[in-house]
Amino acid sequence: MSTFWSAWIIVLTIIFLVAVSWLLFANRKTSVNAENEAKTGHVYDGIEEYDNPLPAWWLNLFLLTLIFTIGYLILYPGLGNFKGLLGWTSEGRYEQEIKAAEEKYQHIFKAYAEVNIEALAKDAKAMKIGQRLFANSCATCHGSDARGNVGYPNLTDNDWLYGGQPEQILVSITHGRSAVMPAWASVLGSEGLGGMTNYVRSLADGEVDKNSDSAKTYTNMCAACHGLDGKGNIALGAPNLTDDIWLYGGSEAEIMQSLANGRNGKMPAQETILSKEKIHILAAYVFSLSME
Amino acid sequence: MNHDKVEKNIGLMIVLIIIAISFGALVELVPLMFQKQTNEPIEGLKPLPALSLEGRDIYIREGCNVCHSQMIRPFRSETERYGHYSVAGEHVYEHPFLWGSKRTGPDLARVGGRYSDDWHRAHLYNPRHVVPESNMPAFPWLFSNKLNGEKTGAKMRALRAVGVPYTDEDIANAKAEVEGKYEIDAMVAYLQQLGLLLQ
Repeated sequence: MSTFWSAWIIVLTIIFLVAVSWLLFANRKTSVNAENEAKTGHVYDGIEEYDNPLPAWWLNLFLLTLIFTIGYLILYPGLGNFKGLLGWTSEGRYEQEIKAAEEKYQHIFKAYAEVNIEALAKDAKAMKIGQRLFANSCATCHGSDARGNVGYPNLTDNDWLYGGQPEQILVSITHGRSAVMPAWASVLGSEGLGGMTNYVRSLADGEVDKNSDSAKTYTNMCAACHGLDGKGNIALGAPNLTDDIWLYGGSEAEIMQSLANGRNGKMPAQETILSKEKIHILAAYVFSLSME
Repeated sequence: MNHDKVEKNIGLMIVLIIIAISFGALVELVPLMFQKQTNEPIEGLKPLPALSLEGRDIYIREGCNVCHSQMIRPFRSETERYGHYSVAGEHVYEHPFLWGSKRTGPDLARVGGRYSDDWHRAHLYNPRHVVPESNMPAFPWLFSNKLNGEKTGAKMRALRAVGVPYTDEDIANAKAEVEGKYEIDAMVAYLQQLGLLLQ
């Protein structure tokens, strides 16, 4: 703050405090002396007004607030650039709070960070922490029971879009994932779309007609990501089409919708939001969900 | 004694009252208008792009700020959940700011990037689709209302008049960037840029 504004605040504050004190004392009346002095002299319709001293409790409270103000302005930052004798700042208070929490919790997280994820997943106490972290950061999309939702994978089964090994889970949480299923409506046309929908459904049923037009189209356009056999590719997050697990629904209409308009699944990166140690525990928690 | 003069002279009384009550504003508010801390944008802060600007106006129209604050206080209990505490420099281009003072829903100061675009769409269409226990209202009309961008440029000019550095080019392109988009697109664009500058 510039010297001018600092002085502005200091001078105005002091003027105000002095003026308030003067007003109080100049108008103070301590006792009632004579009969006629006890009235203000205002008369209206024969009604007169008493002129009594201020109630002592009120006056004393006022004095106490004045004394408090002076003490406060000496100890805490209030007068322009004067920082107060205690050196209090809101950032300082915040950092103190963070430091206290770190001292209290750091050793717990540190100890867990050294345990590998598979072992940590069996640690009941760590998993209790993991469950809390999950509820705060993950449950909004994956659900509080981690069973997912349409468009948000179930984390309790053994089907993994990007792999279910501890390291793969860790990467998914830390850096996030972005899936791109292109829209095929304009390429396939409405007839091709219907055919392809049936073909995708037949992959799940295991009754594939390998000589159909759709089979050829699949080989040309879909196999690059989903694989020739339809078993998906965890490097790209392309789902396995041969099982009965459907991220966006497995009905004819839902599959057609996915084919026609594409899908853009996105897992947001957590590295800027959660500390490394917490992500480590979360990965263990997610790993533990599908562990028997 | 002196009461008589003040109480019988209403003009004098008005002047004295104004002097008495103006001290607070003169000491607490006026210096803030000239402080670097409150007037200087933090590094990387840019005026909202046209679509996000329209999103912000929809956010205000739908009253989102009534239930969602955009102000993370410097307490551990808040920063653990929402991220870095808010600083004044993040809000210098906001007229009016949307800090809010009530949280029926969570704070949104740093909601940008926390959820996917699709999540926001599903959530705004009907919050229960993604968060079963949510009590937030649904906003399905955002998906059918289209923006025409007629006033976007004028809004930018108004903001420029109060110090938001929009360029002539921004204003000239505003309509084209917004026209034909749905309100939901604007809303999601606005939400996804909130609070990205500090982590």
